[in-house]
Amino acid sequence: MSATTAAFKPFTRQQMAQRAAADIPEGWYVNLGIGIPTLVADYVPMDREVIFHSENGILGMGPAPEPDKIEPWLINAGKQYVTLRTGGSYCHHADSFAIIRGGHLDLCVLGAFQVADNGDIANWATSDTDSAPAVGGAMDLAAGARRLWVLMEHTAKDGTPKLVTRCTYPLTAPGAVKRIYTNLATIDVTERGFAVLDIVPGLSLDDLQARTEAKLHLPG
Amino acid sequence: MADTMSGIKDGSVVLLGGFGAVGQPNALIEGLIEQGAKDLTVAANNAGVGHGGLARLMELGRVRKIICSFPRSSDPVVFETLYRAGRIELEIVPQGTLAERMRAAGAGVPAFFTATGVGTKMAVGKEHRDIGGRSYILEHALKGDVGLVEAWEADRWGNLTFKQAGRNFNPVVAMASDLTLVQAQHVRELGEIDPDHVVTPGIFVNRVLHVPYGDPSGF
Repeated sequence: MSATTAAFKPFTRQQMAQRAAADIPEGWYVNLGIGIPTLVADYVPMDREVIFHSENGILGMGPAPEPDKIEPWLINAGKQYVTLRTGGSYCHHADSFAIIRGGHLDLCVLGAFQVADNGDIANWATSDTDSAPAVGGAMDLAAGARRLWVLMEHTAKDGTPKLVTRCTYPLTAPGAVKRIYTNLATIDVTERGFAVLDIVPGLSLDDLQARTEAKLHLPG
Repeated sequence: MADTMSGIKDGSVVLLGGFGAVGQPNALIEGLIEQGAKDLTVAANNAGVGHGGLARLMELGRVRKIICSFPRSSDPVVFETLYRAGRIELEIVPQGTLAERMRAAGAGVPAFFTATGVGTKMAVGKEHRDIGGRSYILEHALKGDVGLVEAWEADRWGNLTFKQAGRNFNPVVAMASDLTLVQAQHVRELGEIDPDHVVTPGIFVNRVLHVPYGDPSGF
């Protein structure tokens, strides 16, 4: 391992969420997937009006309530208690997914097991023989939102690359991912493949490539 | 309860409202357990938690097939056990496709094309069509013989309101089912529900039972 790499610190989950939140502009309608993506909402500044959608029929979802202010009927898609922002509204499931499938969301941020450099995403099953596959709304979100960003660790726990030339796990949607935020880098999916926008301080492009199966490019 | 549940036949397709425990018609599910119909196909977002409600109906061997988007939960032991033993059939449906299949059934739309699932396992064996340069798959309406719904308020005509995220699948279950049964936290006189606030109009509802169930709990 090179001297430059010895000094690098991967982003924490909070830093990853903060990095993605910085790129969400005022006025966007956004759906955040379960896991690290959920943290993104915590890092959008209060004075920036970003409207969060939850699949179970909430538009204008707010943060978790104080423990003494829980509304038992107000949960998000991850079945956690949430709040409703002033101006928020409820709708039924078919309308909520019309928001998703009709291309009305500016952005969806999902976690993933693998992303390929053609934008394919695999995030719902890790084999073809999963004992109980559970897709939820992932396929609707991946196919329906105007933009799909992925927020995930750069490699699996055992070091196996998650940014690949071809997903080996069952696909959620083909060619859907536009950008990936990992604990090591921010990467766009382009016609040429993966284009690196930024890397955590102290990590070289060569060292990032060593942790990535697909070829990395510089933008442009 | 027995009157409310009467006429449900063996082999029925039963649609359930609810997302996790919120908006789930638990009292009607208990009523279905007592009523005795078997060989059921149940469509719901989830596949039951713990050993009560839907999980109990499955544990009693009354459910032949479950159609859902997300069979995992904090305690999916009943479903997992039956599924591994090959004693229950599972049809996994993307959540938006599940809701739209119900809406379509209620709206007289027999099938529709959607981009959800194209290029995935969900598309295997389904009719594909390119429209305007994009590929779509054909999904069929999902009609219920029986629909079980939880509402916040109901009146004698079956007009319904819902509370917060308790709305979820309930309105589409109501419109998609031949026999729609509602458990309502509050039963109002005709006219007491502001017509502007009615979410599900009474024409989609057959029977209303007053069940002041209280807050949802257990996910």
